[in-house]
Amino acid sequence: MQRQVALIKQSLFDQGYLDEQFMELEELQDDVNPNFVEEVATLYFKDSARLINSIDQALERGSFDFNRLDNYMHQFKGSSSSIGASKVKTECTMFREYCRVGNAEGCLMTFQQVKKEHATLRKKLEHYFQLARQAGPKETARRSK
Amino acid sequence: MEKGFSPVGLRVLVVDDDPTWLKILEKMLKKCSYEVTTCGLAREALRLLRERKDGFDIVISDVNMPDMDGFKLLEHVGLELDLPVIMMSVDGETSRVMKGVQHGACDYLLKPIRMKELKIIWQHVLRKKLQEVRDIEGCCYDGGADWFTQGQFLGGGEDVSFGKKRKDFDFEKKLFQDESDQSSSSKKARVVWSYELHQKFVNAVNQIGCDHKAGPKKILDLMNIPWLTRENVASHLQKYRLYLSRLEKGKEIKCYSGGVKNMDSPPKDAEINSGHQSPGKSSSYAFLKATETDPKQLASASVSDPTSDVHMPPKAKKTRIGFDPPISSGVFDSLLPWNDVPDPLESKPPILYENSFLQQQPLPSQSSYVANSAPSLMQEEMKPSYVNPDEFLMPQNKNSTVILQDMDLSAPFSSNATSNTESIPGSLNWELPEAHHSGSLDTDLDFTWLHGEHFFANSGLQNFQFQDYSSSTSLLSELPPHLWYGNDRLPDPDEYTLMVDQGLFIS
Repeated sequence: MQRQVALIKQSLFDQGYLDEQFMELEELQDDVNPNFVEEVATLYFKDSARLINSIDQALERGSFDFNRLDNYMHQFKGSSSSIGASKVKTECTMFREYCRVGNAEGCLMTFQQVKKEHATLRKKLEHYFQLARQAGPKETARRSK
Repeated sequence: MEKGFSPVGLRVLVVDDDPTWLKILEKMLKKCSYEVTTCGLAREALRLLRERKDGFDIVISDVNMPDMDGFKLLEHVGLELDLPVIMMSVDGETSRVMKGVQHGACDYLLKPIRMKELKIIWQHVLRKKLQEVRDIEGCCYDGGADWFTQGQFLGGGEDVSFGKKRKDFDFEKKLFQDESDQSSSSKKARVVWSYELHQKFVNAVNQIGCDHKAGPKKILDLMNIPWLTRENVASHLQKYRLYLSRLEKGKEIKCYSGGVKNMDSPPKDAEINSGHQSPGKSSSYAFLKATETDPKQLASASVSDPTSDVHMPPKAKKTRIGFDPPISSGVFDSLLPWNDVPDPLESKPPILYENSFLQQQPLPSQSSYVANSAPSLMQEEMKPSYVNPDEFLMPQNKNSTVILQDMDLSAPFSSNATSNTESIPGSLNWELPEAHHSGSLDTDLDFTWLHGEHFFANSGLQNFQFQDYSSSTSLLSELPPHLWYGNDRLPDPDEYTLMVDQGLFIS
């Protein structure tokens, strides 16, 4: 079970869903905060959902206030960097680039990607944390590498 | 490491609107054995800092926050409280980092932040303490031009070099040993530069005026505050100069306008575009200083609400900040009710105070005053009366408005305050690319507001609109006193150079 958990985590790294920041978080996990990583991830998904909503609404309005969109995305990217959401961050950067040049189509398209990566990561992490909890708390603190 | 200094228990205040990061940073800092306080709002952070004046050793803040621009917070903290501040952002663009440095950040971290970076933040606290020690020692010598350059303290025959001398060690040793002892004489008591106090300071500086040797001693004498020491003045002077030089340096970088709550946004607001902050976002304040040539041209309409976001177009024209002699007291009177936003200037030259507002003058004859973040430094403590440095005020009703624009000027700090295009050290003078030289001002202090329009601070300008972005700050206090003066073209360049206290910066 624990091995399975380790493998899942490893694949998340290998596939580029997560980067070293996630490992930093794991290192922070200790007896005082045994579920630290999961707590942070939960907080991230909750907060980022809010941002996604705001961006969705802004895009739906169709007015394309690039400055504002860029701002939202800046926050979103910053937040995503907190848990090491690598693919999500990449899409965020693209989105910001489209904002910079004022390409509305590009923004819309990329934002779909952002949401997709975000949803994918969320599912994968939920699965991972669930298994990790079943396997035993200590395991999650250990580095997979 | 200095004896007695330990990073353990360092009291850190973390400010970030991102809850995820706040949680992570808190955990990381705790792991570094620091004492952590978190805050999700800049205003809240300022409040905390002011409440517990000596309650924190260092502040770490994100650059992008909804209620207040991180840079503004940075300035406030730096000037008001003199604490080291570290900025954080996911954005590592050169211009942003530069802005951080110019606003006095002692470091700039890129997110995602690693533990190892946080482990050594104590160095900034130590460094600052060491600087304070040197300030104390250095200010014993009333140098003139050299004062600003730390390495060149003029000593009255004594060896005041910067190097570690025996007495330095002793001094520092005492400082650190006595760190926890507030009453220790070797420890520099943290003087809170209240609004009024700063006002007196600026007044004194301006009185010294053309004397380019405005050293701490002279200032202290003029201020006539019994409990204030030369050291206090010296270190404040240094910060002040830094602030001014920063403004000056920022001229080449596009200025940003602080996001200010909009009061009734003057038309000009639209003109200014900082370009780098979203309009709705509170950002840095811009200080515009404009010299005005025509007293009648005070623009009332041009008063931008302190709250409005005034953005200076990156391509802002060259503006020279001209400091005219203090504006007439009339102007200041209007500033008095600091905490309230004065009636919008309808027909008077508006002087907007706001920590971040830029007054753009739509009308050539309008003058607007923009208070800039720098003044915000002088924050809260300043009382409304702060603004009324009667002595400063120009006897006549000048309308020139001093708008100090806090731009990210990168101009080198030059000590010559005479050329129009040069930045005057310590003077708010910078040039924007298309500076328009206002007629009467000969010196570079001439400040031409965007596109050569002038902001005039009308001495008659009674309305200061300012937005108190922080809960109770008077905007006015934020603006360095000398910036408020309406500048009238000074017939004598020397006179006004002093405004900015050229003397301070000396060259």
